[in-house]
Amino acid sequence: MAAMTPTVPETDVPEAVPAPRAAAPRAGRRPRPRVWRGAVLALAGAYFLLPLVASFVFTVHVPGRGISFEAYTELLGADGFTESLLLSLGLAAATIALSLLLAVPALVAVRIGSPKLRPVVEVMCMLPLVVPPIALVTGITTVLRWGPEHLSRTPLYQTFIAVQNERFPLVLVLAYTVLALPFVYRSLDAGLRAIDVPTLVEAARSCGASWPYVVLRVLLPNLRGSLAGAAFLTLALVLGEFTIASLLGFRPFAVWIVSISGAQARMSVAVSILSLLITWLLLLLLSRAGTSPSAAASAPVTTSRKES
Amino acid sequence: MSTTLPASRKPAGTTAGGAPAGARLEFRGLRRTFGSTVALDGLDLTIEPGELVALLGPSGCGKTTALRVVAGFEQPDAGEVLLDGQDITAVPANRRDAGMVFQSYSLFPNLSARDNVAFGLRVRKVGAAQRHERAAELLDLVGLPDHGDRYPHQMSGGQQQRVALARALALRPRVLLLDEPLSALDAKVRANLREEIRRLQLSLGITTVFVTHDQEEALSMADRVAVLNAGKLEQCAAPAELYERPATAFVAEFVGTMNRLPGRLTGSGTVEVLGARLPVDGPVPAGGDVEVLVRPENVTATADADGAATVVSASFFGAVTRLHLDLPGAGPVKADLPSRTAGDLVPGARAAVGLAERPVLVVASAA
Repeated sequence: MAAMTPTVPETDVPEAVPAPRAAAPRAGRRPRPRVWRGAVLALAGAYFLLPLVASFVFTVHVPGRGISFEAYTELLGADGFTESLLLSLGLAAATIALSLLLAVPALVAVRIGSPKLRPVVEVMCMLPLVVPPIALVTGITTVLRWGPEHLSRTPLYQTFIAVQNERFPLVLVLAYTVLALPFVYRSLDAGLRAIDVPTLVEAARSCGASWPYVVLRVLLPNLRGSLAGAAFLTLALVLGEFTIASLLGFRPFAVWIVSISGAQARMSVAVSILSLLITWLLLLLLSRAGTSPSAAASAPVTTSRKES
Repeated sequence: MSTTLPASRKPAGTTAGGAPAGARLEFRGLRRTFGSTVALDGLDLTIEPGELVALLGPSGCGKTTALRVVAGFEQPDAGEVLLDGQDITAVPANRRDAGMVFQSYSLFPNLSARDNVAFGLRVRKVGAAQRHERAAELLDLVGLPDHGDRYPHQMSGGQQQRVALARALALRPRVLLLDEPLSALDAKVRANLREEIRRLQLSLGITTVFVTHDQEEALSMADRVAVLNAGKLEQCAAPAELYERPATAFVAEFVGTMNRLPGRLTGSGTVEVLGARLPVDGPVPAGGDVEVLVRPENVTATADADGAATVVSASFFGAVTRLHLDLPGAGPVKADLPSRTAGDLVPGARAAVGLAERPVLVVASAA
């Protein structure tokens, strides 16, 4: 959701609006609610589309010169556009990979081995929600400053330098993984609840499957929907994350948008429209990947995302 | 460690099941505790090749634990499991050569019935053509030849359990483990599938362990029924013997219905109960006052205005009517009579109660 924050904040707020309203007419079976449905759809549509259309018109219509797509062509060649977008996508991919690698084995193990630990894991995974990113960034900055000073004579020093590499700041991946954990946890937990993990594991074991085979060929395919849901939320989070990246001095896409928006008004609006389209496209692809009967758990997220 | 893989055994002949795959399964002194609860307390049991043995007992008696130890999902604290004389206690579950059907629906939701059945073959890297052939053969065997393309959520519970059975048999295991496979099904499907499992088991000749808490299921399907109580084997015998000659009071009362009547030992191996003198079967406790265990079908009741007993209620079960009688000095008594002789015994009627001349089990009086 934060993907559009910099210049089109309207899209951020109304996300929750269409869902409850659209649900109401569905409850009644009389033909009358159809009118309501149409009205709600028109209202919500106008609410979403008007700012978008207005923004678009603003970017292509130059007073006195007519229609021109200059803003967009300029944009594609603009300094830093490609780099920052690729950086954001790379960070998103790495974050998705890391958070799933951490969460899937952990949650499966808890599910099978020690269900009693579940509340502990849940609380741990939910913690990032109550820690504001600004606090997280302060902590990270402190560590990054402390590290090189105290570890300058150890091999760890190089590690500290490496994670802050401008071209691919691993430290952001680590921070984003922490931020994404609650969403990844929720999505995976819902998926794991939907299947009878212990029985499926035992059935596969008694059919001769080794542990890696069980996880890769039995559990993961049945968690497709929730894996896609987790990836989906992480992607949206990383593409729109501004606070941490900006304060640590890196320049992924969101930071770049803000940095150019002050100077070139038309281009900055064009950028936000473009970023919206890119985000939609990626989310659409991901939700396609997760289409399966077991995707029900992440479905609500999917739909509200599409509507916005 | 190396259990025989099915591939190395004689391949399937003309029938779907292939050669009789029975193996001898032995439990030796199995012990397993969960915290302070003792699930298995030195269980010894031998299951002969090709035999179907039902593990029967109240919940918490250890029957499921015993099965899971065979499957390799539980490790015993002590004791061993032998398959054809070979200790398999330390063999991991995926190399045990045992097929299992679970209580809950356990099909892989993302795979069709065919792929579910062929799962184990795929794990063993059997070629696709051979896999499909074997899966089709097994689906045919369990009566679902046209369901290969269906997914679990498109099938009924009974169909899912059939597919699960086919999947368990696909690797031609030496032991088939059934963990209450019918308990989630409705009565009619359950009865059908029960017969079918038994038919299949007999035709394949596969050694089978069947866990159930339903005594009707155990008695009607099994070659022998092993009654477990508190992690120990009470008795393992053919259904008729278990019913007619229970070895312990627990078995007597757990299997079928039993009356407990006050009696008095009269020496020379007889007991006096309800005015009759009956031979005592099994161990004889010390002391004169005992309780005598009598099956309802061995209690006779006739309408008699001077009879000591009063009919409390009568339940009609077709050929048999069960009477609940109140007998002063003995308490409630159940009697099963042929329905045509029970016509006069309506609630409130007086009746004379007698016992069939058969050996009876006695236990020390609880009071």
